[in-house]
Amino acid sequence: MTDNIVAQAFVWLNDPLNWSGPDGIPIRTTEHLIMSAVAVLLAAVIALPIGIWLGHRGRGGAATVAMANTSRALPTLALLVIFASTAIGFGDRPTVLAAAIFAVPPILTNTYAGLLEVDRDVRESARGMGMSGQRSLALVEIPLAAPLIGAGLRTATIQVIATIPLAGLVGGGGLGPIIITGLATRRFGEVLAGGALVAGLCLVAEGVLAAGQRLLTPRPMRSTRRRGRGGAVVGTARARSRPVGS
Amino acid sequence: MTSADPANPWLSWDYVQNNWGDISDALVQHVSLTVQAVLIAFVIALPLAVLAHGRPRLAGPVLGLAGVLYTIPSLALFAILAPFTGIGRTTVLIGLVAYAMLVLVRNILVGLQGVDAEIRDAARGLGYGRTRMLLTVELPNALPSIVVGLRLATVTTVALVTIGVVVGFGGLGQLMFRGFNSNYRAEIMTATLLCLAIALVADLLLAVAGRLATPWTRAQGRS
Repeated sequence: MTDNIVAQAFVWLNDPLNWSGPDGIPIRTTEHLIMSAVAVLLAAVIALPIGIWLGHRGRGGAATVAMANTSRALPTLALLVIFASTAIGFGDRPTVLAAAIFAVPPILTNTYAGLLEVDRDVRESARGMGMSGQRSLALVEIPLAAPLIGAGLRTATIQVIATIPLAGLVGGGGLGPIIITGLATRRFGEVLAGGALVAGLCLVAEGVLAAGQRLLTPRPMRSTRRRGRGGAVVGTARARSRPVGS
Repeated sequence: MTSADPANPWLSWDYVQNNWGDISDALVQHVSLTVQAVLIAFVIALPLAVLAHGRPRLAGPVLGLAGVLYTIPSLALFAILAPFTGIGRTTVLIGLVAYAMLVLVRNILVGLQGVDAEIRDAARGLGYGRTRMLLTVELPNALPSIVVGLRLATVTTVALVTIGVVVGFGGLGQLMFRGFNSNYRAEIMTATLLCLAIALVADLLLAVAGRLATPWTRAQGRS
């Protein structure tokens, strides 16, 4: 029976009909990525300025932690169906909004931590060289915080790509509906194929972002970061706020 | 919109009173899935972390694999499991155990690695063997980190249970989704608030248990 399902999944994945047309896998994947990009952008527009401001002033740490913790306890499904039951309506919009809201905490906490961790001496040197607060922020503090900010954006992006499939539950697009429709119609081959596609997309995205982050980090910083952060802080260096897609 | 149809409020005590049977069923399902998942995950994660700690060469791959698995969305995991384990409780439980386990392995390992090298040396100087050192020195010292891991795993599991709705076993998620399908706002909101309440209560209980289990951290303050 299970062999049968795996075979069905392969048949489904090999069916040219599933790779073309408006419901084809390429279109659905593109849709998925566009929805994800919009959600991450929305979250970044909100979280980056707040995180930079709070981290620069070194205040609001307790509030950011409290927000991250609360958001961890709130199920994505809850926010999704609440949005879908209001004027926001069914489909892509509530999903993108819910995904964006859950992407705020990782970006915010990492940005905050990045700016907070900038060496006090470095900051004072910048002031001593005659830089204004804003200039020091733009030329010294933000560049030094960039690796952590980047890590936050990366975590948020993966989390969003993993959350978007829930759109299938409220009539939205992307790759999620393949799974939901398959489950509803008990075509488990399709369910398995959809699951593999979503999981594959997330793993590829994670790999691409990891490589991108490595390329963007200047060489000297790569090694020191590793040495400085290895060992004891393995788990906290890139704090993931919630299991993806919860 | 909201004011246009007053018959569909977000909060309704009538709903809770009239449907308490349904709500308590979902609540029990939610809590039992969470407790079971975290317990099983802990039982698997502890030896795994200890093993990875004993052989530092394994630590990198174990953490790396945990990170990769953590990237797989819960919906996709349930979809991949469902064809094999069927529609129902087992599928949800396996998924929940997997995610909770990843969080726990990471935190236990970090806790064990964070034990002060001097403390370890002192114990070795006193003639402690490997097992005795693990049980009486390393694990107690790693306890704060283990408690943090348990709290994190529990809170995320509470939220994750709701995704079980796709295979018909989502605890309170079941109520949320049904409320959405029948446009019954009180049902959605009640289930959401109960979810938050479970997470909060569980987190508090574990935090208190953690404090009671590590009296020495209080005596010296946070240093």
